[in-house]
Amino acid sequence: ASTLVVADLDGAAMGPSTLSAVTAAGEIGGDCTVLAVGDAAAAAECGTVDGVSKVLHAATDSYVGGETVAGAIAAAMASGSYTHVIAASSNLGKNAIPRAAAKAGASPVTDVIEVHGEDTFVRPMYAGNALAKVRNSDAVKFMTVRPTNFDKAGTGNSAAVEALSMDADAASPEFVSASQSESDRPDLSAADVVIAGGRGMKNGENFGMLETLADKLGGAVGASRAAVDAGFVPNELQVGQTGKVVAPNLYVAVGISGAIQHLSGMKDSKTIVAINKDKEAPIFSVSDYGLVADLFDAVPELTEKC
Amino acid sequence: MRVLVGVKRVVDYAVKVRVAADKKAVDLANVKMSMNPFCEIAVEEAVRLKEAKKATEVIAVSIGPKASAETLRTALAMGADRGIHITTDLRTDQELGSLSVAKILAKVAEEESPDAIILGKQSIDGDFGCTGSMLASLMDVPQCTFAAKIDFDASTVERETDTGTEIVKFPGLPAVFTADLRLNEPRYATLPNIMKAKKKKIDAKSIEDLGVELSEGNEVLEVFEPPPREAGILVEDVDGLVDKLKNEASVI
Repeated sequence: ASTLVVADLDGAAMGPSTLSAVTAAGEIGGDCTVLAVGDAAAAAECGTVDGVSKVLHAATDSYVGGETVAGAIAAAMASGSYTHVIAASSNLGKNAIPRAAAKAGASPVTDVIEVHGEDTFVRPMYAGNALAKVRNSDAVKFMTVRPTNFDKAGTGNSAAVEALSMDADAASPEFVSASQSESDRPDLSAADVVIAGGRGMKNGENFGMLETLADKLGGAVGASRAAVDAGFVPNELQVGQTGKVVAPNLYVAVGISGAIQHLSGMKDSKTIVAINKDKEAPIFSVSDYGLVADLFDAVPELTEKC
Repeated sequence: MRVLVGVKRVVDYAVKVRVAADKKAVDLANVKMSMNPFCEIAVEEAVRLKEAKKATEVIAVSIGPKASAETLRTALAMGADRGIHITTDLRTDQELGSLSVAKILAKVAEEESPDAIILGKQSIDGDFGCTGSMLASLMDVPQCTFAAKIDFDASTVERETDTGTEIVKFPGLPAVFTADLRLNEPRYATLPNIMKAKKKKIDAKSIEDLGVELSEGNEVLEVFEPPPREAGILVEDVDGLVDKLKNEASVI
């Protein structure tokens, strides 16, 4: 095999999900080349990742979207011979891999969680309620891998960086502006700690209590669909099959009964805590630590003591 | 502006799916089916464009078995003007892959020449999340994916990213848009509109009639359920919880 790993870059730095994608490439085997589209310093950093034999740097100051990166992938494939094109299941990977695959007439395999040799992969479907073992027969296999399922590769390598020229894509949008979340809280999908509230919160104002706990633990606030449907919080906070799928180190479900569609969105969290006054709530069947209590007493006490 | 919107019939989001006995697929027998939630958002966006007099016609397209016509009727009841049903007996959760779907939609787009194509960001059955980007790729047009807000006057789209949102200006139409969760909140079809939708036209044709050659690189060897999460313990009080989180799980 000969893999091309499309790096996630974060301005002048390499994004950490790149390290997981390189590990997945290592499990496939063979030679590993990293494609870095954007900043030169970030591309150089990709050369420090263990297992990388070469970095292709496609320099651009313009917006790096799926259109541009798919063009860079095509340029890399024209300059070398690859059996696999791999990216993390990040914003960049989710945009670039399918676009590049369609151009190559290939069927992407997305969100891979296990590699079984060169052509067989395991991926979730139905929000992780079923796993599919998929064999891909395309000449060049295009895939995205879920970063949390692959360890981060080590660093200390010094692979050479080569310039790659690519044509500008006329379809590529221009960057206008970016806005991070208004608060200092981390993004829900990337947070190490998520404090989520359900219908038991009774109203939107009571979510302030969860924000205080989230701030103390450096986490993000989420919600169940029931809380969103009841109008307590905006739907961008929704965790679940029709919302965001999260897998933090610590997930605290407060006043959430645990409907199947919510469980799908958080059951891969490392440690799950449930606080609910109904001891029959299904959420307790997936939680590591359950506390049967009135959340309006328990949450302030937890905030004070943790 | 004419808008083409994709709608997919999938297992309802509230159903707990089970793997079939042969471990080749999820069991779809006697399971409640609904419109894919992200497709509902796409339809809502298209209908709002019609109501704002920005879109002249909203065409809903669905690919699937006979019963997908019901999903198209729902889109028509929400406000789409007419439907196109591309019929197939292939399972749309795993046999008909995103490349084939993108090819079919590209062919429909060639025949209908819409200015904007709005799809859901992913379907909640196969969870591939590829169709929008692949369709845009085959059509060589911009892909405005994970849209949280679309402004057709300014040609800008606010997109969900890994860390928040970004606003980009797309070079123009035609373009493909994929709907993310906060783009809008879809309406429920009202009874009078459901009645009216029965009179709207749905054109049905098979993939063969459309003249699209399918290509599928993925073969599902096995479908299985993830290992169940082991049930944990109940703690007595907040002190007990804090102790476990600090000393056993080491997460705080």
